[in-house]
Amino acid sequence: MKIEITMTVNGETVRETVEPRLSLADFLRDRLGLTATHLGCEMGACGACLVLLGGKAVHSCLTLAAQADGEVIETLEGLNERGVIADLQAAFHDRNALQCGYCTPGMIVTAHALLADNHTPGRHEIRDALSGNYCRCTGYEAIVDAIEATAVQRMGEAAE
Amino acid sequence: MKSPALDYLRVETLSAALDAFAGQGGDAIYLAGGHSVIPSLTLRLQAPSLLIDISRIAELSGVELVGGWLRIGAMTRHAEMIHNPLIRAHAPLLKAAAPHVAHPAVRNRGTIGGSLSLADPASEFPAVAIAMRAEIEVVGPQGPRRIPADDFFLGLYETAMEPGEILRSVFVPPVAAGQVVAFDELARRRGDYAMVGAGIQASFEGDRLGDIGIAFFSVGPKPTRAWGVEALLRGGVLDQATIKAAQAVLADDLEPDDQPQMSAAMRLHLARVLLGRLLGSLGGQKA
Repeated sequence: MKIEITMTVNGETVRETVEPRLSLADFLRDRLGLTATHLGCEMGACGACLVLLGGKAVHSCLTLAAQADGEVIETLEGLNERGVIADLQAAFHDRNALQCGYCTPGMIVTAHALLADNHTPGRHEIRDALSGNYCRCTGYEAIVDAIEATAVQRMGEAAE
Repeated sequence: MKSPALDYLRVETLSAALDAFAGQGGDAIYLAGGHSVIPSLTLRLQAPSLLIDISRIAELSGVELVGGWLRIGAMTRHAEMIHNPLIRAHAPLLKAAAPHVAHPAVRNRGTIGGSLSLADPASEFPAVAIAMRAEIEVVGPQGPRRIPADDFFLGLYETAMEPGEILRSVFVPPVAAGQVVAFDELARRRGDYAMVGAGIQASFEGDRLGDIGIAFFSVGPKPTRAWGVEALLRGGVLDQATIKAAQAVLADDLEPDDQPQMSAAMRLHLARVLLGRLLGSLGGQKA
């Protein structure tokens, strides 16, 4: 069986014919070539595959492309091109908040979603938000630092 | 880690979903948030011929006060348990439990109906439904029926739902003045399955406890109500001596099995520790 799906991905309308079993992650990576979305565990534990669906962070490995029919999807590529994570990216770079970088797309999506909801998260709240994102290079301290620094910087800019 | 090939049908009404299931002779699975169904497919734990996507059926959504109950539609996502004003006001135990359910991104997709109908023994919402005296409404070919949470969870991943039935709503009695709640769990890491957890909803009449509902999870094959502890506490003053007595009789309510990760004695010990903390928290909330 194949079905036709239509969705908005990073601002563009996409219409494709897919097998129902195709995950949104494989659809984005293999069909659309959007490989910033990474696949780690493929069972919702590691968080490397997070994308925004209707503005909310979701696991693209736990969502079928068919379920995203009619939805608005934004991947790390879209966030990057819109410039809305430039400060987060710079903070991750400045603080060396990555080693191998495999988990980083998911970390950035989580951080972006957290800071959209909560402009002044404490370190405990940042850690709680990151609880579904695994970094196997054990770099959490620097990641928390980078997100905290971005929040502080954004609050400073908003106050000016 | 890829799902087997299958067919997919998105339906707009409950009757279309029931018809599709019947037409498939049972070889179908309903798909809501998908956060338990899809891992089970990719792990090849099940391989239905057809997925029936019920997520866009209008009558499965919505949160409203109706007929003296808070009705929560089955498609209501876990994150809504934290943010929805009606749930926060009238079902504070759900709000207290929700931050412990998995991780933020899972809570954006996972649904209350999915959680209750899966009946994972380590899941928070089934126990909370029991402690709140919730009723669960399911719909099948013969129409709807309402099942008290006490009678809904029968065993390991086993509920009172018949094959093909769809969970439509959770009905929660809104909390009354003087009612207090407490929820906590012990997990190795935030978002992990709990080693033991519990939710309590209780009312105070002056210094004395009135009605109280206590349900544990991750202590056996299904969420477990602490009947004996409830009976001991009802009508009494919640002081240190009473809490100690409650911890002592908890062994009569729970029968955890020895497991490779944890002995039954260890789990019972953790349950007692948790009960003591939660009852202490209730006492602190007394008006």
